[in-house]
Order: sequence, then C-alpha cells, then structure tokens
Amino acid sequence: MTDMTPKTTDRFSAEQREVMRLVAGAIIPADPARDMPGADDPAILDDILASAGRDADDLALALDLLGASDGALTDVAEGSVLAKFRQAQPALAAVLSLVIAQCYYRDTRVLIAVGMEPRPPFPKGYPMDQGDWSLLDPVRARGPIYRAATDEGTPT
Amino acid sequence: MADINEPVDVLIIGGGASGAAVAWSLAETKMRIVCLEQGDWIKNEDFPSTGRDWEARQFGDFAISPNRRKLAADYPINEDDSPIKVANFNGVGGGTILYAGHFPRFHPSDFRVKTLDGVADDWPIDYATLEPFFELNDKMTGVAALEGDPAYPPKPAVMPPLPLGRSGEVIGEAMNKLGWHWWPSDAAINTQEYEGRAPCINLGHCGSGCAQGAKATTDGTYWPEAIRARVEVRHRCRVRRIETNEDDMATGAFYVDPDGVERFQPAEIVIVACNGIGTPRLLLNSASERFPDGLCNSSGMLGKNLMFHPYSQVRGHVDEKLEGYMGPRIGTWSMQFYETDPERDFKRGYCYQFSRGYGPVATAVNGMADGIIPWGAGHHDAFGRMFDHSLGMLAICEDLPEEINRVTIDPDLCDSDGIPAPKITYRLSENSKRMLEHSVARGKEILQAAGARDITSKTIFPAAGWHLMGTARMGTDPKTSVVNEWGRSHDVRNLFIVDGSVFVTSGGVNPTSTIQAIALYVADQIKNRIYELFD
Ligand SMILES: Cc1cc2nc3c(=O)[nH]c(=O)nc-3n(C[C@H](O)[C@H](O)[C@H](O)COP(=O)(O)OP(=O)(O)OC[C@H]3O[C@@H](n4cnc5c(N)ncnc54)[C@H](O)[C@@H]3O)c2cc1C
Repeated sequence: MTDMTPKTTDRFSAEQREVMRLVAGAIIPADPARDMPGADDPAILDDILASAGRDADDLALALDLLGASDGALTDVAEGSVLAKFRQAQPALAAVLSLVIAQCYYRDTRVLIAVGMEPRPPFPKGYPMDQGDWSLLDPVRARGPIYRAATDEGTPT
Repeated sequence: MADINEPVDVLIIGGGASGAAVAWSLAETKMRIVCLEQGDWIKNEDFPSTGRDWEARQFGDFAISPNRRKLAADYPINEDDSPIKVANFNGVGGGTILYAGHFPRFHPSDFRVKTLDGVADDWPIDYATLEPFFELNDKMTGVAALEGDPAYPPKPAVMPPLPLGRSGEVIGEAMNKLGWHWWPSDAAINTQEYEGRAPCINLGHCGSGCAQGAKATTDGTYWPEAIRARVEVRHRCRVRRIETNEDDMATGAFYVDPDGVERFQPAEIVIVACNGIGTPRLLLNSASERFPDGLCNSSGMLGKNLMFHPYSQVRGHVDEKLEGYMGPRIGTWSMQFYETDPERDFKRGYCYQFSRGYGPVATAVNGMADGIIPWGAGHHDAFGRMFDHSLGMLAICEDLPEEINRVTIDPDLCDSDGIPAPKITYRLSENSKRMLEHSVARGKEILQAAGARDITSKTIFPAAGWHLMGTARMGTDPKTSVVNEWGRSHDVRNLFIVDGSVFVTSGGVNPTSTIQAIALYVADQIKNRIYELFD
C-alpha cells in the first residue's frame, strides 16, 4: 500500500526540473566511496518531482526563487547560492530538505549503503533486545516518590 | 429540510478514544446506541509501514496536522494565534490511530492542585474515584507495564512492559548516575497477544498507525466489543449542530451523511466526544435563540481554558549503535520533576517521555533543520554519525488553565460541509516558559550523563498540540463550569461530555488513559442514575 496522493511530476516546468536537479545534487551529492548516488540521480530525481505532494506549490516557488523562472541559476555547485537562499527563505529551505530526503532515503541503493534492508517495516518487523532490567534496582531502592493527595497512600 | 431518522436512546458524537469507551460501557444497558463519526474506518494494511514510502507518508496523508492532511474527514483549524499547532486524527479511533500509546495515568496530586499548590482549581473528583475505571480501561486497552513504579500508588500491569532496548539502557544508566527516577512507561502496546490482537513486532512507526494492530486503538479495542453488543457506528457522518426543545433538553443532532444528505438523528441522551477542540466547536455551532452564546454555555466557560501541554524536546547522539528506527517510539519515562518543588521558579511540573531514534528520512530532515547535518559536502559523514545513534526525550509540561486560551468559531473558515471551523487563541504562560526551560536544562544534563554529543533542543515544540483539554470544564458550580462532576451539562440535562474538554487541569502526563477512565466513569454514572438522570 502506498500513498494515493496524485503524482506531481507534471506540475513542474522544464526549467524548474533542471533547477531541481542542480539543487538536489548540491544538497545531497553522490559519495562513490560509500556507493551512494547523489539526489540528482535520474531515478531519485523523478521520484522527488513525482512525490512533492502537499509541498508541490512551495517547491515550485522555491525553484523559481532559485532561478527557474528567469533561468539565472545554472550552477549551484559551489554552494553559496543555496546558503544565501537558506538564510533568506528558511521555510522554503525546509521544504527542499523534506522533498529531497523523503525520496533519497528510500532508494534501494541508499538504504543498503546506510545498513538497512530495502523493505517496508511490515510485515517482517524487527528484533529488539529486552535490555537489563536490573538497572531499575536503584530506582526501586529509593522508594515511592508520588505525592499523596488524600488517602491514596503515604509517600512524600 | 433534513431527513429524520428513527429515534435512538443514546447518540454519541465522535468515535475516538472517549466515544468508544462510553459506547462500550453503555452497551450492556441494551439501549439503542448510535455513534456518528465524521471520519472513516482505517484498515491496518493502509498504514504507511506497509510500503516503501513509510516515512514520507507521515508528512502526507498520515500527517498529524489536520491543516496539512486536509482529508475529507478533516476540518480546518485557524491556529494563527497559537505557538502550538493542533495535531489530531479524525476517523474511527480518533487520535488513538496516530498516538504513541504512551499511557500514564494522572497522579493523585493532579486532582488537587489548588489545595496542594494554590494554583488553578481542584477537580470535583479524585484519583480514588477514577481508580476502578483506570483499571478497567487498562484491561480493555491491554496496557503493558512493570508493576512497582515508585511514582504511582500501586497499580496492576496487564502484560509485561515494552523492551528497554539499548537506548533504554543508556538512558537508565544516565538516570541512575544522576539518581533520578525513571521507569518503563505504561504503554497501550501489546507485548504479547491479547484479546485477539497481535504482539508488537517493532515496526517503529506507531505514530503513523500500527499495521500490526499491536497498538491499542479504539477501532480495535472498544469498538469491536461495542458493535458486537449492537452499538451502531455510522462513519463519514459529520454533525453540524445539536438541537434542543423548549424544556432545554437536547432532542438530537443534525448531520451530513456520506452521500451529503442532511439528516436529523433524534435521541433521548446526547453524549459529545469530539475532543477538546471539536466539542466546543460543535456546542458553539449549536447556538440558538434559547442558547445564544452556544449550547451548555451559561457559565461563559465553553471553549475557554484550552490546555495543550507545552512540550520541549532534547535529543543527542551517542557513539555506539542503538536500535534507531526499530521498536516502539516510547519506552521509558521519568517523573522526577513531576511535583511542585518550592526551590523552583514554577508551580507543578512535567514528566519526560524518553524516545528512541528515527528512520533515515526523519534523521536527515531533522538533522538538516537542526543544523547538524549539512547541505552539500559533509552530508553523508554527518548522517552516518546521527543515524542509529540518536536518543532523547520530550518533556510534557503541565499547562495551567487560563480563560484567554480558548476555542472560538472562526468568522470565515468552514469545513467541506460548510460548517464553521474553530479558531484557537493560545499563549504560553510565564509558568510554562520557566518549566520548559527547566526541562531543557535537565534534559541536557541527562544526555550529557549518557555521554551524548550533538545535543539539540527545542524549548517549545510547536507541532505538539496533540493533547486537547479544558474547554468544557467539569465542576460543581454551574457559574464556573460546563458539566457537573459526573459529566452532565449544567444547562442541558440530557447532554453529557466525556472527552478531554472536561479536564479541570492538565496534569503533566499524556491524557488518554485519564480521558478514557473519565468516559467509563461517566457511563457508570449514567447507568447508576438512570432513574434520576435528568433531575
Ligand atoms: C500524533 C499524536 C500522538 C499522540 N500520542 C499520545 C500518547 O502517546 N499518549 C496519549 O495519552 N495521548 C496521545 N495523543 C492524544 C490522544 O490521541 C488523545 O488524547 C485522544 O485521542 C483524545 O480522545 P478524545 O475522545 O477526547 O478525542 P479523539 O480521539 O480526538 O476523538 C474525537 C473524534 O470525534 C470526531 N468528531 C469531531 N467532531 C465531529 C463532528 N462534528 N461530527 C462527527 N464526528 C466528529 C473526530 O473525527 C474524532 O474521531 C496523541 C495524539 C496525536 C495526534
């Protein structure tokens, strides 16, 4: 079962998509040493543009402000454009972080690289340790700490 | 003109935590009971953890904010005048669908804050009144707990507690170093099969609905039992207003059915269970010539005294690998700072709800927002230091009632059925601000004792408006309260309120256990007083 929210790919112009590609690659660049693609990888980029959902309008606005509307932004690689944008538009910057991260960190290659099985949590679930219950001994030893309000007991 | 249905004995409005509990309890009377719920039944297989987009959907159709979700069942809330934003879920099960299942009871002192600490008001009922209903609710819910918590009077556990996991041990060790109270949380999460519901398999995504059905949501606990006992739940039915007659008695409610048809449901008794925002909204929208300021509002208190529980958050990262995104989000709590201490500069206190790590999306999004995971070069290194190494806590601060914190009807905003929507006005008190600061300072000490690095904090956690209380307060004096000490409206003698709006004060713990205990208590009162109910 996946989100039934309509895909948003068509919501973006060619210019906006190009800016998205540059921005995504600058925010999460590839890391060949870890076998990790960048967020500008074509499959991840498609996913980002298709899955903007409730953030599509804000994302379009962010991309326009970053130069999609006048074609000014062609290279964000050195990062200063993005740093200025982040300072001037913190809410839109948060939208960029969200739409990129939510697709990047579900890509099979990325999940394997960060040590996860590329699968939904359900139905297999995960194992978990009980932990050491004797750690509670000192808490028990200190005795009751609740405050009696009427006749519920004796403590503090 | 609305279509008129067959009359029923009891009409319950709202099928969430309290609506389900009251319905189940009343079912044994064999009265004809109908519940109108504006949302849908949600199937376990529709929850996000069944898909690869499990994390993304917590920001989409399972977002905690109704203003972001904007689903058909949701109504908009004008929250521009509030630093804390409302979180809820509108569907059968109500907020329990998304809740974390942290299930503390109120403490005895919570019902006596005026007597003990000279603040707000005492409740007209006390811990002892509710104790049998806490216990019954624990059984119906299936509460996992460890007996012997020194922060409470003795109370039984229904099943063994949630695992500590490594993060629970790290927190426990830190708390022991500091000599501070901590204990496994009471949790509305199955640690073993219980009443046909499966045990938790550590999906780690309780806050977006439990696909395993291990989290106790009322669509899986109370409702199946109530329906077996012939209670009828009509979903996708949104109530517009409650009607009254010349004797000032409720006659039933107008609602919009799933086909958009306006209907009137006549009833002998009306029980409102729409939560601390939905209930005052409905009653204010039910104003009439006889009740010009809203139904049940002769005191002027309806909608006032909105309490949220201001939350702070402190998180950090340790070098060793923890369980990260696996396991229930909750695990342990601390009541060390729960009670008033004259040495502090605030009255009352708070509890800590310790929590585990996040999935990779939330790790990256939070890390980028907090400035500990950069954009660009260094992103992967920083992510690697945070992911699976994170732990932390939320402080749940007692919010004292103030009349200026309130729910009113927005003059312009409406839901998709054209029903006027609520507006909330809320400001943080000085007491809350000092308490929040204290909780952040102590929280940092805890994480430092745990050897954590990259510690981040939020003195106010804006998204945490998930505890909705106080807007139809309980009391013996009709001049200062909306319902009496057993949940009946002072003004409309066959109308009851059973949700968090009846709270006199908020306590400093999550409220659902207490909300449901009150709903069971009110149902019990209705049953015991049936021959003098309207006197
Ligand atoms: C993300 C999140 C996490 C939470 N975590 C915890 C936790 O760990 N522990 C805890 O104790 N609490 C938690 N809570 C709070 C908990 O969900 C609520 O305290 C509880 O559900 C409130 O119960 P209630 O009966 O008052 O209202 P609800 O459960 O909100 O039920 C109200 C119901 O009324 C319906 N309704 C409203 N208006 C109308 C109308 N006009 N017509 C028809 N139906 C209507 C709504 O659709 C809704 O289903 C959490 C909540 C959220 C959102």
